[in-house]
Amino acid sequence: MTVSARDAGLVGCVRCGSVHRPDVALCSRCGAALSSRDPNGLQQVWAWWLAGLLVYIPANLYPMLLTRTLTQHSEATIVGGVAELFQHGDAGIALIVFGASIVIPVGKFIAIAFLAVSLEKRHLMNEQAQHRLFAVVEFVGRWSMIDVFVVAILASLVKFDAVATINPGIAAASFALSVAFTMQAAQSFDPRTIWDD
Amino acid sequence: MLPLAAQSLITVPLTELRACPHCDALHRMPQVNMRERAVCERCGSVLIAPRADAFTRIFALAATSLILMTAAVFMPFLDLSASGLHNRASVLDAALAFSEGAMVPLSVAVAALIVVIPALRLLLIMYTLAPLVAGRPALARAAQAFRLADRLKPWSMAEIFVIGVAVALVKVAGLATVTPGPAFWAFCALVLVTVLQDSFMDKEQIWQAIGADVPSPDGSRP
Repeated sequence: MTVSARDAGLVGCVRCGSVHRPDVALCSRCGAALSSRDPNGLQQVWAWWLAGLLVYIPANLYPMLLTRTLTQHSEATIVGGVAELFQHGDAGIALIVFGASIVIPVGKFIAIAFLAVSLEKRHLMNEQAQHRLFAVVEFVGRWSMIDVFVVAILASLVKFDAVATINPGIAAASFALSVAFTMQAAQSFDPRTIWDD
Repeated sequence: MLPLAAQSLITVPLTELRACPHCDALHRMPQVNMRERAVCERCGSVLIAPRADAFTRIFALAATSLILMTAAVFMPFLDLSASGLHNRASVLDAALAFSEGAMVPLSVAVAALIVVIPALRLLLIMYTLAPLVAGRPALARAAQAFRLADRLKPWSMAEIFVIGVAVALVKVAGLATVTPGPAFWAFCALVLVTVLQDSFMDKEQIWQAIGADVPSPDGSRP
């Protein structure tokens, strides 16, 4: 049976792992603030999660790319852009974009909510699986930013004044915010609580 | 790694204990030789994995990255030509793509994610390791610098930007010819160097080297 620092009446530093007595406020090795468990941690997770979800709605409704050529003017949303890539472009690249801008964000909302809920309802998932799920969420979340960078590159590259221009749509900003907020939600989650009884 | 029975804790000085940063499992720090690693017995996270000459290597790779980053920012990045028309964009242009109207903050954020934060992390790591490489004690603010570098890690997105470039190239491939410039190759090299640098980076090894100020057994500062 493993003993946690908390069980032993001590506080472990989440930055550097050194162990302190419970009355110490700052880690003496790395200077990070110490807390055995943050009582408001879960509330912060939900707040960032909700903020991320709210800005994810306009990110999907409004256009990501505004393309203007001599003859036509078109707007593409996130889903529209992926569909277009599947039709005209490389299927592999389409899969990357599909994964980064649809599967990862949606999966991340579900996974973070599920982790937060399963802290209360222990029977949903065992600790090893929760731990692995959190590791995946933490690792994969930042990759959603790909779509924002693609828009930035296209908009800076395709600038042939009257002939063809690509401009970023407002969805790029809300999508970037959504990625940042859900990254914050994942970082506010204290994985140590997965193992507490 | 030895699991600790609760009753034996009293005898172990705090300096020899480590709590897994991911699951809080308490361990007594074992002696780990170079190229060996110790993992948390509960969640499997790596607790320590020291590498020989790690500081020199990380410092050299960080310096390399910084030079590549400078090249990537200032040299031509991509060159687009379609039916006689030409346009070239630098990395800075890509960051400034959102600089019209309400999206200015996004420009700032993109510049931060792909250039400023990665460069800042490199500088912080070099500041932390430079004295150690030269065989001197760490600078006074080394712990602060290294902690900030660690905290900024998820927000350093240069490698994601490179994949973004690949996707963008496919998207415009039908419309125009894109020629990658020197900055493009510098950015690709930067990603490889960063991966290599991360493979030498063992936080516990660095904290042990910086931490003159290790918690004393009674938990108070020395």
